[in-house]
Amino acid sequence: MSAAIKAVLAASALLIATATCALAASEADYKAAYAAAEAANKEAGSLRNQWTTTASTLSAAKKAAEAGDFDAAVAKAKEAEALAKASIFQATSEKERWKDMEVR
Amino acid sequence: MTRCLAIRATIATLALGLLACAPAQAADTVDPAADKAAFQKFFTGKFPKLKLEDFVNGPYSMNEDLHRQWEEKEQFPPYEFSLEAGKEMFATPFKNGKTYADCFPNKGIGIRQNYPFFDEKEGKVVTLELALNRCREANGEAPFSYVKDDMAALTAYMAFTSRGKPMDIKIPNDPRALEAYQKGKEYFYTRRGQLNFSCATCHIQSPGERIRAEVLAPALGILNAMPIYRSEWSGMGTTSRRFTTCNSQIRGVPLNPQDDEYRNLEYYLSYVSNGLPISGPGARP
Repeated sequence: MSAAIKAVLAASALLIATATCALAASEADYKAAYAAAEAANKEAGSLRNQWTTTASTLSAAKKAAEAGDFDAAVAKAKEAEALAKASIFQATSEKERWKDMEVR
Repeated sequence: MTRCLAIRATIATLALGLLACAPAQAADTVDPAADKAAFQKFFTGKFPKLKLEDFVNGPYSMNEDLHRQWEEKEQFPPYEFSLEAGKEMFATPFKNGKTYADCFPNKGIGIRQNYPFFDEKEGKVVTLELALNRCREANGEAPFSYVKDDMAALTAYMAFTSRGKPMDIKIPNDPRALEAYQKGKEYFYTRRGQLNFSCATCHIQSPGERIRAEVLAPALGILNAMPIYRSEWSGMGTTSRRFTTCNSQIRGVPLNPQDDEYRNLEYYLSYVSNGLPISGPGARP
């Protein structure tokens, strides 16, 4: 086997190994994603503007993690974080925007 | 000449600046009387055929078919059982021998139109539901749930004794009262929940329109009919139940009943409906 072929094979093996690592989420990944989502939702709570969908997505993440499906758990936790951040954005932008709707 | 032009330009710029500032200041001024006038004008302009007092009938005032159904329903109103229960509860003494009548002006009869009021001692808005539970607690009784039948029955009876009386909410000359009113207004117009709806989205922009199978009620007079029997709920609902359900329907996490936000919202919504008759207890589809 030529050195070039050996190098290609080695690189391919390395690529597959890293790709596999990137796909399979660990419990630690889930915990980090969940904590970030929870923190964002807590901030939304301090603005009195939590969404029901954030709460249900957070519990879906927890359920997936309990079943050992950390890929799904991380995906759900990230979705919950995005929802919580959207609710924070809404609460912040509405501080002034509500006036546009007022009957005068 | 150049200097003269420059002065003129400066004056013009300043004048423009002042003009631009004026509406912004006006928008931030708290003027409940002007708000009420604009609010009522908006609805009477939007529904010119409707008499002002008819707005308290909610969706029934918006749709002829529904109105006919309502007239028939009123012959055997679905809130009647609750009303009877409320009357009995109201007259039944607490363990200490006192009754609800001892907690309210005019022994609690015909006073619904004055609630909520701003309590200058507490510095907050006090709703009828809150006053009822405070009365219970002051007399050694456990408070009722704000969203369940007992509270609905009591408020149904008290509303009934005020039927036809015009809503008469006062805003005392107290900056805290004005702030509570303004915060209530802000809550009413603020979009929330994943559906990005404010109270105004449904009840200002779309009264009379359908949202799925329901006809949306106008915000004007919406609380005059509280509490209500809702066919959708198969039971009675208090103002607290209405507010929390509205929030969850737009995918927002509801606050606790009688949190300051809801008390302020009730204050604002009731004030802008001043002059419209109390029609509670009501019935809704």
